[in-house]
This record gives sequence, C-alpha cells and structure tokens, in this order.
Amino acid sequence: MRYMPHTADERKEMLAKIGVGTVDDLFIDIPKEARLKSLLDLPLHQSEMAVEKNFRALAAKNLSPGDVPSFLGAGAYQHHIPSVADHLIQRSEFLTSYTPYQPEISQGTLQALFEFQTQVALITGMEVANASMYDGATSCAEAVLMACRVTRRKKALLSGNLHPHYRDVTSTTLQFTEFETSTLPASATDAEDFSSLIGPDIACVVVQNPDFFGRLQDFSALAEKCHEAGALLVVVVNEVISLGAVKSPGAMGADIVAGEGQSIGVPLSFGGPHVGLLATRQKFVRQMPGRLCGQTVDQNGKRGFVLTLSTREQHIRREKATSNICTNAGLCSLAFTIHMSLLGETGFTKLAALNHSKAVTLADRLEKIDGVEILNDSFFNEFTVKLPTEAATVVEKLAARRILGGVPVSRLIPEQPELANLLLVAATETCTETDMNAFAAALREVL
Amino acid sequence: MLNNVGRPTQPMETDDNMVTVETFTGNHGLALETPLIFEQGVPGRVGVDMEESAPVKSRLGNLARKGEIGLPDLSEPQVLRHFVRLSRQNYAIDAGFYPLGSCTMKHNPRINEKVARFSGLGDLHPLQPASTAQGALELINSLAHWLQTITGMPAVAMSPAAGAHGELCGVMAIRAAHEAKGETRMRILVPESAHGTNPATAALCGYKVDAVPARKDGRMDLEAFAAKLGPDVAGVMLTNPNTCGLFETEVKQIADMIHEVGGYFYCDGANLNAILGRVRPGDLGVDAMHINLHKTFSTPHGGGGPGAGPVVLSEALAPFAPLPYVVQGEAGFELLETRHGRAKDSFGRMKGFHGQMGMFIRALAYMQSHGADGLRQIAEDAVLNANYVRVGLNDILSSPFDGICMHEALFDDSTLKGTGVTTLDIAKAMIDEGYHPMTMYFPLVVHGAMLIEPTESESRETLDQFIGAMRHLLERAKSGDVAYFQGAPHFAPRRRLDETGAARNPVLRYTSPQGEERATAAS
Repeated sequence: MRYMPHTADERKEMLAKIGVGTVDDLFIDIPKEARLKSLLDLPLHQSEMAVEKNFRALAAKNLSPGDVPSFLGAGAYQHHIPSVADHLIQRSEFLTSYTPYQPEISQGTLQALFEFQTQVALITGMEVANASMYDGATSCAEAVLMACRVTRRKKALLSGNLHPHYRDVTSTTLQFTEFETSTLPASATDAEDFSSLIGPDIACVVVQNPDFFGRLQDFSALAEKCHEAGALLVVVVNEVISLGAVKSPGAMGADIVAGEGQSIGVPLSFGGPHVGLLATRQKFVRQMPGRLCGQTVDQNGKRGFVLTLSTREQHIRREKATSNICTNAGLCSLAFTIHMSLLGETGFTKLAALNHSKAVTLADRLEKIDGVEILNDSFFNEFTVKLPTEAATVVEKLAARRILGGVPVSRLIPEQPELANLLLVAATETCTETDMNAFAAALREVL
Repeated sequence: MLNNVGRPTQPMETDDNMVTVETFTGNHGLALETPLIFEQGVPGRVGVDMEESAPVKSRLGNLARKGEIGLPDLSEPQVLRHFVRLSRQNYAIDAGFYPLGSCTMKHNPRINEKVARFSGLGDLHPLQPASTAQGALELINSLAHWLQTITGMPAVAMSPAAGAHGELCGVMAIRAAHEAKGETRMRILVPESAHGTNPATAALCGYKVDAVPARKDGRMDLEAFAAKLGPDVAGVMLTNPNTCGLFETEVKQIADMIHEVGGYFYCDGANLNAILGRVRPGDLGVDAMHINLHKTFSTPHGGGGPGAGPVVLSEALAPFAPLPYVVQGEAGFELLETRHGRAKDSFGRMKGFHGQMGMFIRALAYMQSHGADGLRQIAEDAVLNANYVRVGLNDILSSPFDGICMHEALFDDSTLKGTGVTTLDIAKAMIDEGYHPMTMYFPLVVHGAMLIEPTESESRETLDQFIGAMRHLLERAKSGDVAYFQGAPHFAPRRRLDETGAARNPVLRYTSPQGEERATAAS
C-alpha cells in the first residue's frame, strides 16, 4: 500500500519494542464480541491508475456545464477561475496545513485570512468580516443567531424572496433554540412590505440582493425602519460579483451581510465546498461567530497575524460559545482571496460589468421568443423568465439537446404551484455569443 | 560596518544570545517577506484579461455602485509571487511531521486532487437536472455505502459540512426523534474531556449540558454517568476512542444504559482512524456518529477547511435525517430535496445544495485506493505508531493513564514541574527542531496536556528522530536552560506573537492611510 511506509519486519520490531506480541494486542480495549475478525465487505486496495479510471467513468456519466452552454444559477454561478488561483491553492504549504493555531509557522494562512477579511469588508461596504463560514446558507443562519444575540430579541423576519435553501437552513438551525423565524411567501412580481411587521419583538429582517428572482432593490429605507424599531437588517448576497456593479449592503445601512463567495475562485463542484461570507459593524464584533484573524506584532516588533477574540469560540467557551463552528472554508477563502487579488478594483468592476452586459444581451434575445416573458424590472446577471408551460419540462427537453437552460423555480419552491412556469436564467462572463444563440434556438424549438 | 542606508550588517546579538543578521530588505535568503496585498499594486494594473462588455442599456435599476471599493490592482506575476511567498511561511504535512493530536494530519494523496478536478465532477452545477448528473449521484451513493459498511450503520446523512456541523445534525436528529414521540427531554450528558464543539452543539439544540467526570483510567466515570441518567436525559455525546486516546472499554454498557432510559447515543467520530476495520460503531450501540472526511479520509485540511462531516444514523434516527438525500429509483438516481415520501419526517436542511461534493470525491478516491485491507492497515499502523511514540517517551514524560493507547499518546507536564519550562515552551521549541507542535492543553482534564497523534503515514525513521528530539528537549529543559525555551521559536518566520494585544485592541482588517486619516478627522 503506497501510502503506508512500514514493512512487515518493521511492524514486528516495533511491536516488540512496545512489548506486545501481535497487533491484536493493541486493540484489547475493544469489547471482545465486537472485534471484527475478517475484513469489511468492501473491495480490496487499488492502484492509482485503477482509481483514476473509476472516476473517469463516473465523470463521463455527467453533462458538465464546463462543456456545454449553461445558464444555471440560483445561488451557484459558473465563472472562469484563473489558473494561478487553482495552482496556488494546491501548494503543499496551503493545502496540507491545519488551522493556524501555531501562528509563528502559519503566517501564510493568517496573512491571507487577514487579506480575505479586508476584501470581504471592502466589497460589502462593512467594517469587519470573519474568516469564513461553511457556505452562504449557513452564514445566513449564523447572521440571524447573531442578530438575536445583539438585540436580545427572539424573532427573525425572512423575505419570501430569500433563496429557499437559505430560508430552510435558517429555520432548521433555529428550530430547537429559543429563537424563531417567520417567512413571507415568495413572489416574482409583487414588492414586499415589511413595515407593519417590524414590531418590538423583531431581532432582524433578512433580505437578499439580488433576490432569488434576480431583482435588485435599495434597502436603505428598510434599514432605517429596522433601526427605528431597534432591529437589525441582514442582507444576503449570493452572487458576490454583483458587488462590483451594485450599491453595497453597507451603503444601504445593513448591519450584517451574509454572503456566498463561490463566484470568486471556487468551482461549482456540485454545490460544495463553497465559502460563506459574514461581515458586520465593528461594534458587533464580539457577537460574531467563527474565526477571526487579527494583526499584532511578534517579540521583535515585526508585524504578524494571529487568530483572535477566541473567547467567543467553542474551544474556549464550550456551551456558551457564539457558535459551534470549528473548521470553516479555509482553502476556499484562500482561492477567493487570490482570485480577488488578481482582479483588483479594475478587474472586479470590469467583470461585474461584463456579467451584467451578458445577461442584458441574453434577456433581450429571449424576450423576442413567442410566449417568453422576462419578469424583472431590474437584474444583475440572472433574471426570471415566464414560460407558457412548466419550466421543469422545458429544462429536461433542453438538457436532451445538451443545453443547461436554467433552474426551474419549482425545484426550489415546489409548494407554490403558481410559480411552476418560472425559470431562473443566469449569464456570466463564460457565456458566449454561440451559447446564447444555441439557447434561444433550442428554446424556440421546445416551446 | 554599515551598508548604504546605515544599517549594521554584522551579526547582532539579540535578547537571548541567538545570532541574527539584519538585512536591507528584511528578507533572509530563502525566507522572503511580502507586504499586505493592499500595500502593493498600482491603479490600472490587472491580473485577469477579459473581453470588453458589449454596450447595453443598464438594467441595474438605479442601484449602480458609486465610488471606489479600495481593492489594489496588481499583475498576475505579482499576485503569484505574493502568495508563493506567503505559502513559504506555513508549516505543512507535506513538509514535515505534524503530530497534532485529535486532528489526524495524515498524507493527502494527490490523485484525489486530480480526480476532483475532472470537468465532469468539479464543474457540475448543483441544480442541473438529475438526469444530467447520474455519475455524481452514483458517487454520493457509493460513498454512502462505504461509510455505512465501515461503521456498520444502516443510514447516513451526507450534507453536514464539517465535524461540528455533523454533531449538530446528529443532535438535531436526536431531538427530532424525541419530539416525534411527544417527549421533551432537556439534558444531554457530555464527558468533561469532550471537544468544545460537543457542548456548543448541544446548547444550539436547546439542551442543557451536564458534564460527566472522567475516571482515574481516563474513561468516563460509569457510576457518575449512571447517577445522572433519568427520564429527562436526551442522550450522551461520547468520543470513542476518546480525547485521551483511549478506547472506552465499557462503551456497550454505556449504550445499553442510555437506551434503557430512552436516550440516544451520539458518538463523536473524530477518532475513527484508530478503529477502521477493527470494530464497527454500529456493533457498539451507537445511534449517530459524524465522520470527519478531512481527518480519517484525508481530504486536505487546507489551513482550516473545507471539511465534510457525514453522519451515520441508526434505524431509530434515520427517518429524521436532513435533506437532501440520494435514492435509487427506476429512472436511476434521484435527489429527495423536500419533505415528501421517505423524507417526510426529515428535521430540515442544514446547508445549501447537497453537501461537500468536492470532499466526497477525494474521500471516495482515498477509500478505493486503500480498500478493505488498506483501511484496516490504517488503524493498525496508526495505533502502532502512537504506541511506539508512547514507549519511546514514557520514561521521560509521564502518562496520566497507564497502558496501551489507541491512535494518539497523551502526556502531562509533571516532568516539567520546577523547571520553569511549560508545555507551551516545549511546543515552541519543537518548531525550531522542524516539527509542528503536538496538541497542547487539550484534553482539559489533563494538566499541561501534550497529545501526540503520529498517524499511519509516518515512517519509523521519522518517529525515531522525533522521539530523539523530544528527549533532547526535555533533558535541556530539566538542565535549567529556561531562556532558550522561553525565547523559542528562534527560527520561525515570526517569533512569539502578542496574542493578548491582538485581542485587547482588535485590528481585523487593513485600513489605508487615507482611510485612517478620514477616521481620525471624523472622531
């Protein structure tokens, strides 16, 4: 077995040194009747070549959005990842190191985290950000818990146009706590009005920008209403590239931003691992969940970085911690930082503009098809199309033509049958003129 | 002798008589410094080329961003160099021995990285039609089969994103199961030696944590446990092998006792590496156990994640598993994503989409590489290596508990008493010897704990050298050379850092000099 160095002779000699006869003597603490006598009912070891073959066969059974025209979004977006980003995260020193608990020999990870926190704070327009959460949905749940701690209130109001997974993860996470959520129904056409709902018991209102249907909204007035009532405004962003073109949540008065950072540097990978972003105001920092990296100096006065404010965390505070999170999305946050560093101000805003331009071009093209209606007044790189028939059927027919033509709303909101004809369509910088033409032609055919 | 900016170039004596040389650049040969990315760049440079946007009429409403974000502009080679320099300030398992107890820092095979990047796997969108992702669903199903077979459990929830997230999944399933029976139970029993995530998780599920003390032999105190049992106890969270590196010999009695009062047995599977192919948790009465794919099954730790924490479940808890799950139907594999049919009692959703697919791919490749025979060999060699270290050091370091250990060897700091040298000092001196320190001050039940987990990846030569280095350090500590230890590490990219200062005055992001001026003017 190529990964384990000992020869049979070495094992024997080592056992002798330990003072036992056989390896079984090392497992005597296991109850006798439970000890396994034979091997598990699984295949035996395989060579690297054989394993690679197995995975090639599995990969061949999938239609990869990397190989065909794809317009899928709904919280996960296909973007070009610069080769430098993927190369760098495979450097041994980043890939195979643990959480930086020994700062003297983890400055690489720590400085990168400090840069990540800064980048996230800058693009969201907030003061501080943590070192990442598992994904956008769990980050949303943690933001709500945090708002409840900050306000000492127990109820969160969720927009109906929040991504349904974010809504479900939040309500699942809170279900056994003293806190509760209530959610408005989803609507691709009507505006939501929270004003009568923000009472003195509300800890926070959670909205999304662009929302699940792709619409953009200025939440400045809502932020004011929340603050007047002593509640916090949580803004969710799950297409983070939108922040290169759109007014930031911070500029709208958001108190907490919960985001999904996958679009910058992280592959789709069938939905995970992605990278959760969490940003807030400096004054709430001690109620934040997750790891935080801070700047300090070493004993020679040289600048360095450490994990800090750990008295919020489970390994110190145990049942009184702000969250149970330990491992986060380290390497994905590094990929984010590298990709964002490559983009810079110039590239990030240009990429956002390019995404918007692609989506507008596609919307114009689809709108010309009989029976197809674009519902959005505004959008960034994703919009909602109303079809004359069920979107799920259309998507299957498009897939048979090797086109991944968007996400049917019914897949995520099956409980509202009135949304069954709605299709979410995204266009990013990866989408070419040829892709758009193929999509439009195929959609004409299947309708 | 001075260089052209007036800095001395001869060796300088520092506080603890270690010789260093100050250079013009701050670099020391291959030890290269790099400023923050925000302190580099020139506006207008770019590291990614892309096509020009077609001119379109904006549909952003009137929400276009105004003003600068503040990101620096750099070229590709500058960014590459910055992160290469940063990487070289990290210790890593690929570079050396990383005996961090409880963390299972084993070899991370590169074939796993390669297959995870196949376009037919890595580029898949989570919401593409199931008909176009049959290979992906088959892969998840196959990994589920391996995990169930290894643990002897009938079901597995795949979506939890890490160990603590898996704990949350298991304890939520326990709470959902009690509520389905109309029972309200508010207490959960957790041994004192448990990982911090255990009590934090229980609290997040609304439970009151009741700590059970350890016995003199490092196992949970069965009498104290029995005394705490009652009809209001929802379950017990037990790590096995436990955080002292010991197998809980009475694990079956513990399972029977908790079941007798109607509670469930949550097993923290952080230490599964020690028992692969030797015993199945399902045969020990476990109801739920998370599996850290990033420990046992070698998906890289990546400087703190991402991980994956699938949870195996007993028949009693399986109906409450979180969404989604893969089922095999007539038309092939499908995903159950809503509370219907078999999923009607699910306690909900824990994460966006379907789970940490990238980690599933790597873990399955790892399992296939090892096979049933290799998996068993992992446990045997991991336990062999830990015991080899234990006997190599137990005449010079004291073990709080006697006898054979599992995959990690635990020592306390009684050897250091009176030397002025602490566990922390030893750890920092290990850095100078080229090692990553062991886990220190955990478990909390042992004074000045040093928890050493060598894993099966290490050769005998590595272990012999490590034992030699530890003996050397301990002898030096006993000889009274306190200053050497208190000044350690001497050869790391940074000396000891001021953590107290960092917490007292948190600086959590870079602020540009202009930004600082604005802040000063405003205040």
